[in-house]
Amino acid sequence: MRHAAVGSRRRGVIIDTSVNPRSFPLPSSLQVIPGTEQAQAAYPYYTQFTASDDNRFWFYNSMHFPEPMSAFDMVTAEAAYCALGSSSTRVHCIPTTLGIDHRIINGRVYIGGNAVTDPAEIARRTTEFQERAFYYYENWERLYAQWREKMLALIRDARALPKVALPEFEPLEHVRAGRGVASNHYLLDIYQKTLEGYFRMWHHHFEFLLLGYGAYLTFFAFCKGAFPEISDQTVARMVAGIEAEIFRPDEELRRLARCAVELGVEARFQEGMSAQQIMESLQQAGEGGKAWLGELEISREPWFNINVGDGFYHYHRSWNDDLSMAFAGLPGYIARLKAGESLERPLGKLQAERRELIADYRELLSSDDERAAYDQMITLAHRVFPYVEGHKFYCEHWYTNLFFNKIREFGALLAAHEFFPNQEDVFHLTHYELEAAIIDLMTSWSNGSPPRGPERWPQIVAERKAAIVEWAKHDTPPALGPVPEIIDDPAIVMLWGITRETLDTWLNVGNEGSSNEIKGFAACSGVVEGPARVVKSVEEIGRLQKGDILVCQITNPTWAPIFQKIAGAVSDIGGSMSHAAIVAREFSLPAVVGTGTATSRIKDGQRIRVDGGRGIVTILQ
Amino acid sequence: MGASGNVSWFADIGLNDRPTVGGKGGSLGELFRAGVAVPPGFVVRTQAFEGFLEALEHEFPIRAKVELLSPDDLEAVTACSKALRARLEEAVLPPLVVDDVLAAYARLRHESSAAAVAVRSSATTEDASEASFAGLQDTYLWVNSWEETLRKMRSCWASLYSVESICYRRKHGFPEASVAMAVVVQTMVEARSAGVMFTRSPTTGDRSVITIEGAWGLGSAVVGGEVTPDRWVIGKITGEISVREISEKRIKHVPLPAGGIETVPVEPELVRGACMSDAELQALRDLARKVERHYGRPQDIEWAVDRHSGDIRLLQSRPETVWSMKEAAPVARAAENPLSHVMSIFGGRR
Repeated sequence: MRHAAVGSRRRGVIIDTSVNPRSFPLPSSLQVIPGTEQAQAAYPYYTQFTASDDNRFWFYNSMHFPEPMSAFDMVTAEAAYCALGSSSTRVHCIPTTLGIDHRIINGRVYIGGNAVTDPAEIARRTTEFQERAFYYYENWERLYAQWREKMLALIRDARALPKVALPEFEPLEHVRAGRGVASNHYLLDIYQKTLEGYFRMWHHHFEFLLLGYGAYLTFFAFCKGAFPEISDQTVARMVAGIEAEIFRPDEELRRLARCAVELGVEARFQEGMSAQQIMESLQQAGEGGKAWLGELEISREPWFNINVGDGFYHYHRSWNDDLSMAFAGLPGYIARLKAGESLERPLGKLQAERRELIADYRELLSSDDERAAYDQMITLAHRVFPYVEGHKFYCEHWYTNLFFNKIREFGALLAAHEFFPNQEDVFHLTHYELEAAIIDLMTSWSNGSPPRGPERWPQIVAERKAAIVEWAKHDTPPALGPVPEIIDDPAIVMLWGITRETLDTWLNVGNEGSSNEIKGFAACSGVVEGPARVVKSVEEIGRLQKGDILVCQITNPTWAPIFQKIAGAVSDIGGSMSHAAIVAREFSLPAVVGTGTATSRIKDGQRIRVDGGRGIVTILQ
Repeated sequence: MGASGNVSWFADIGLNDRPTVGGKGGSLGELFRAGVAVPPGFVVRTQAFEGFLEALEHEFPIRAKVELLSPDDLEAVTACSKALRARLEEAVLPPLVVDDVLAAYARLRHESSAAAVAVRSSATTEDASEASFAGLQDTYLWVNSWEETLRKMRSCWASLYSVESICYRRKHGFPEASVAMAVVVQTMVEARSAGVMFTRSPTTGDRSVITIEGAWGLGSAVVGGEVTPDRWVIGKITGEISVREISEKRIKHVPLPAGGIETVPVEPELVRGACMSDAELQALRDLARKVERHYGRPQDIEWAVDRHSGDIRLLQSRPETVWSMKEAAPVARAAENPLSHVMSIFGGRR
């Protein structure tokens, strides 16, 4: 039976689903991996599965949380779902859905929708929705301009927070100024403001998100109806912006490459050199070198505040924190300039191409009435899209960096007081526990007794670190609970692309193990063969050689600098509208995203074929 | 047009000339004039047929007799067809028609390097998209002498009185006086690869894709279903090749030196090879768009790649009929409030 295979695929935990063939494993049948019970218990009570959860359908949010989450990082899930839910349930009142519930087991985040099915309630919510959402659509440009101001103010506030420090004696100037509040109090103050800012940022993130995606998907669904065989990427190309924020970091790199050539310091950029070595070399390179380093500083704020991941994990560091990703792209760009190539993005040409694409599809529609509907929908999609593309830079990248780096400051302080060995260990405390540890330190600073934390946290942190390593070794079921007849929740369909067909694929997953084909979303068409380079972290990007095919868990706009070097790209996570897909199209790089399993099934160095038009990766040897 | 009006070259005719050059002739002239590469040729106009038939009518009424037939009386139709076809095949051709056709034939052979010509029926009701006559009249390929050209022209004329053609016309009640036969004579393309394409998806009706089918050798093997062709689906606008099915093509049709076609095995190394390169597929896409734009509606096109020059030639283009007949309801209509479209996403089950 095909369903028995679902359980047998996982290591460590065997789940027998043959009892009820229309069900994924029930949450209650999912065991905490033996030896990690304490780490599991760290997650708050409201994220733990209970017996009543067996009646509902859940799926593993591998799109946003592809790896087990550390205790602190779950704040991202919490803050995001809090904000997403308030938008759909209470602010814009989406007729057919409330918010998203989340649960955590073995470090994996499972989520479940909360559909509204009562027709009377849907009707009531529809009235509310049209009054609220339509107001947003009608005033989109004004509200979005206001949004950017709000977001920039939030970023300013976060940057203005004082550095986390605990002096031995209160500075004399505080005494003379009569401040009257001692430094230990500010630890709590800064921490609470940091946390408050993060929760607030996620509200900003979702202020427009569902409405933006909804308007885009309205046009998308129309195109799929009128042109059943149109590819997702073609629809995306009709809507995608030409000058979106997401292209800026890479454009800055191209600018810096041009500066290097103009300033005559291009020989300082050699493949294989670390960012540190290049910068030191430039310091010795006279006026030109100094001028280039000045240009670098201009680019860094704000455009290097971009993560090498989606920004949901503390270890997704930014270019600013780790210049290796940014610098890895420079020698290639310089070589292209020297070869006479212009690195300017041909904006006028790209815009003309987009206009032509839209007009050509319009011409094929069957009637003027249909053309008028097409015009209405694409107009709205174009209006909302700057937000859909732009918000990530401000929210997931810029703000998230500031947030995790602020938490790192607490990590450094607590490590200095021997709460745990390393600054990064702070991310193995939940945000509640971190507040407790901070208060512990505040108290100890004030009363002169040693803090209690050093007795408590080192062992717990070690246990939790080991649990993350253990959890990562085990697959987790893609879904739990009874299979719903249909998936009609617009949020789930829009944000996760999960449909009833997806569930059938998951139910069948055990049957395709022997095939050498891996299916994903077609991200950018073209067929290419080459050696696979399975890259698990940003540190490994130096291994990529010209002509390699990048195989990674998640690609990200920040990876753009290496896209010029590789022949193709394959990712585990992402849809045809993901930023990886957008950047791949920008580079005309054959790419398949959202394969789910590419990094676990493809071995480093294997020859593979990427068919980006069909979304198929074939292992050739 | 020749001095006597029996013959017209493709360059001089178009769709509007269908009453005098038939559907196929009008369509080829239209394509030629639109700048589409079709194999060059001429049409023996309906006037030649009319003159020939008129002479015969003096001896024995033909059209009046056919008009009295009932499509359900197969026995009577068969007997009539047999008698009429025999007379048409035997009667003396008008000398002026013979002179004009031979002069045009000589010029065509002189101006092209083609080894042979095709002789095709081009009835005046043919290829009207509402009542497709396609396939009811005869086409003769690889005709390589003037004697044979005249003989096949006569056979085309006679095919207007085949049992199928008579039944078809009687069933649709076409007046016999409006039915006449022109004959197309055009150079053969010695095809390396050939096939058909639809400027929409035959399965979903999607107008944004082109479906191309092709195999090695002459297109007759594909059209006749004797070989499973390679198949591609290509984005009409994007050029993206979304489906690529390379089949096992064991046989192909090739021309015989003495005229006609033979079936031969495909060279082993080509059996599983794609019969078209990506660049050629893109060239076909450009041609398909050009033709579709010219006609303003989806087309069903026959094409071939010349074995010697590598040039792509379009052999025929007809309006696509299956999907065009059942135009679906619009996917969406213009809304008074453009925002109301989003309810299709947010409004719940439809």
